[in-house]
Amino acid sequence: MPSLLFCGPKLAACGIVISIWGVIMLALLGIFFSAKSAVLIEDVPFTEEDIHNDKNPPQKIYSLYNQVGINCFIAAGIYVVVGAVSLCQVRLNKRQEYMVT
Amino acid sequence: MVFRSEEMCLAQLFLQSGSEYDCISELGELGLVEFRDLNPSVSSFQRRFVSEIKRCEEMERILGYLLREIHKANIAVPEEDESPLAPPPRQVLEIMEQLQRLEMELSEVARNKEKLQRNLLELTEYTHMLKITRTFIHSRSRHEALGPQYEEFPTMETDSVTGCTGMQRLGAKLGFVSGLIQRVKVEAFERMLWRVCKGYTILSYAEVDENLADLDTGEISKSVVFLISFWGDQIGQKVQKICDCYHCHLYPHPENDEERADVLDSLRTRIQDLNNVLHRTEDYLRQVLQKASESAFAWVVQVKKMKAIYHILNLCSFDVTNKCLIAEVWCPVSDLANLRGALEEGSRKGDATVPSFVNRIPCSDTPPTLLRTNKFTSGFQSIVEAYGVGDYREVSPAPYTIITFPFLFAVMFGDLGHGAVMSLFALWMVLTEKRQKKTRSSNEIWATFFNGRYIILMMGLFSVYTGLIYNDCFSKSLNIFGSGWSIKAMFTNQQWTNKTLQANALLTLDPNISGVFGGPYPFGIDPMWNLAVNRLSFLNSYKMKMSVVIGVIHMSFGVVLSVFNHLHSRQKCNIYLLFLPELLFLLCLFGYLVFMIFYKWLAFGARESSDAPSILIHFINMFVMQGKDITPLYPGQTGLQIFLVVVAMLSVPVLLVGKPLYLYWLFRGGKGLRRRRGYERVRRVSEDDSSTAPPCEDDEEDGLDEVIGSQALPKEFDFADVLLHQAIHTIEFCLGCISNTASYLRLWALSLAHAQLSEVLWAMVMRLGLSISTRVGVVLLVPVFGLFAVLTVSILLVMEGLSAFLHALRLHWVEFQNKFYRGTGVKFVPFDFALLPSVFEQDGLL
Repeated sequence: MPSLLFCGPKLAACGIVISIWGVIMLALLGIFFSAKSAVLIEDVPFTEEDIHNDKNPPQKIYSLYNQVGINCFIAAGIYVVVGAVSLCQVRLNKRQEYMVT
Repeated sequence: MVFRSEEMCLAQLFLQSGSEYDCISELGELGLVEFRDLNPSVSSFQRRFVSEIKRCEEMERILGYLLREIHKANIAVPEEDESPLAPPPRQVLEIMEQLQRLEMELSEVARNKEKLQRNLLELTEYTHMLKITRTFIHSRSRHEALGPQYEEFPTMETDSVTGCTGMQRLGAKLGFVSGLIQRVKVEAFERMLWRVCKGYTILSYAEVDENLADLDTGEISKSVVFLISFWGDQIGQKVQKICDCYHCHLYPHPENDEERADVLDSLRTRIQDLNNVLHRTEDYLRQVLQKASESAFAWVVQVKKMKAIYHILNLCSFDVTNKCLIAEVWCPVSDLANLRGALEEGSRKGDATVPSFVNRIPCSDTPPTLLRTNKFTSGFQSIVEAYGVGDYREVSPAPYTIITFPFLFAVMFGDLGHGAVMSLFALWMVLTEKRQKKTRSSNEIWATFFNGRYIILMMGLFSVYTGLIYNDCFSKSLNIFGSGWSIKAMFTNQQWTNKTLQANALLTLDPNISGVFGGPYPFGIDPMWNLAVNRLSFLNSYKMKMSVVIGVIHMSFGVVLSVFNHLHSRQKCNIYLLFLPELLFLLCLFGYLVFMIFYKWLAFGARESSDAPSILIHFINMFVMQGKDITPLYPGQTGLQIFLVVVAMLSVPVLLVGKPLYLYWLFRGGKGLRRRRGYERVRRVSEDDSSTAPPCEDDEEDGLDEVIGSQALPKEFDFADVLLHQAIHTIEFCLGCISNTASYLRLWALSLAHAQLSEVLWAMVMRLGLSISTRVGVVLLVPVFGLFAVLTVSILLVMEGLSAFLHALRLHWVEFQNKFYRGTGVKFVPFDFALLPSVFEQDGLL
């Protein structure tokens, strides 16, 4: 089996740090979007017609909130995978270093 | 952490000549005292122990050579946890002998290895040459059928005449010269041959496939095998000379094929043998180095300690009559017992008949400053010392810096998210500090960050706190307690209708309408402000006032600390003539400003907000004393302000001439106008002396203090000099008050910059990632978040963090410390083996 190592120790460590940060922050963002926090209104991608042509306000905006929230959760999940891959890389790097010296 | 530096004393050590080495070794292990040089006029070549030091340096040289060889062979040097003690003089000769033997062995083996390698290269070249010239000969014999061609410009293998059989045909004596030459020289060689020998030679050459290393230069270059056939002896000699000129390696050319095959065979066996021998040599070398590497570390440490001990012994003076060495040391008073213990231990180890002892002597020099720190406080102490080491027994600003420095940093950095990331990073460094200390990284920037890990941890934690106060987390506010503002109330009170919403782009919430403002947010800034367009006007006013308040409090604290310095130097006059006017000036003007800020915050609510006056106008009017036409903040304001301005103005001349006049009065005789000089002066001097400490604790605040504190009669008193000094101090203080207070506004400026940068980063980067609401948005969100994280760390944490660190440091060094701190002292550097740097560590050999 060819070597699964494709990044050095520093890149793998950066990967782990960004993944942990991503998981925590995106999960929290997802929670806040699902809770329809007012502070995040600027980040919800609504258009003028969403505001004006809504039959049942504010459900359109609420559904947009939910969608963005779910996007954040999925991104957090992807970062879990990235974190796992980085962790493997760190372990492989350590093993290789141990074998050389 | 201590309030002021430790009390030091000067002590004399009497070391008996048998045991002085062991005593100093004991002291070096403990690191208690600092030695003074008793032979400053003697050059280093004339000192007593110069031969011992030369011996140590010789050993260091051999060790350096040894370590370099070990490093080249990629052998690791095992380090022991406990460093070995300095060896006694009898063991030194053993070590020296061992090292010299090792050096001889290593150099011999290295020489042999080089010879063998040279030999191997020659044989390899010969083999190549034989193989390639064989192809020349045979290719030529193939071309023989084409008939003789005339020699023109001899270029490649497609050559004329040649061939061993062709030799006989022409009837001339054909000679051959063959060898190797470097690829780069071939063309020039060819041209030279043609010009000199004018066509009586034929050159054929071919490149060698293998890259051979040139042993002299060590570089690997391409070589070319050439074969020159020539007629005549004269030509032969010329060819030889040209070959020498071009540094060719010449080898004898075999006459025929059988000879060639024989030579090739013998060469092959010889090369094999040589390779074997080379392998064995390398193995042996490696074995020797391996064995040496086990004790290399111990030797290095022992030699380092020995050299240090002899260096210290050189600083002592030799008392011929008593046959003992005298050393003068600075020792903390609290460590005198330990010092005695160490000397006893050293005497016992050295088997001395008479033990060495210590004797405390009075000193007139200022002792060095010692402040004991642990791993937490050492960071803060080092940033204070970067400005200046405190004077002896001066109040140290370091204990307060532990809190005020991270706090001022956090005021400028205030972001919950960034603070959390910073604290986690510092926490990781703190939790893995044992592991990090073992692997000493050579990266200086990382070493700087690592040494400041506790500072960074404190800064991060305080930033989390100020982030909660500013309610700023990655530029978004957190609604923890529920906002105090209610928009619904604007509708229920018929202020706003749907039409208002459609007609206006911006709407103002009016707190005067009942139900709109439900009360202040319990902790921090209300999250509603994050949605407001006029957020910055509100925050700017708040932050500017907060900066001035913090600044005035910080500076007053600095002025108050100077009282302790005055009390310690037993000069009560300073308290009344320096401290009191300074404090009054500061508080009457800027303390009053702080009072007005608080008063305006408390006295004016939402209803009266339109009538609230501008504090700045009131402040300016206070000085100009024109305030008749504006409404006062509170009754009696004009009277109070005039009083404060008068007090402040009066304190300036007191500060300016108070102290010089007082000193002049003392010099003149004090206590009225008594003229009796002799007895009176002695009595006055003794009175003053009883109020000053023993000469060791002389305060060096002004040069004129020596006039009072010295035992002798005051020789002269230069009034102009003292007055000038005091005038400079006064101007510096008074103008400095104004400029320093304004300088604290950087707390506002940096926190504004940080908040804006954070907001821009979110709006331009993160918002992009969230801009697609369908599932496809995830594909954008994942990399955009990664970019956001990288930019946050590099711009907001590193750049802004360093910037806020620098500004907080400047506020401490200039605005806080110039109120009380002199910082012109000398640091106490004890003789400690652990503190001595090793030359080899710096070279990266250990």
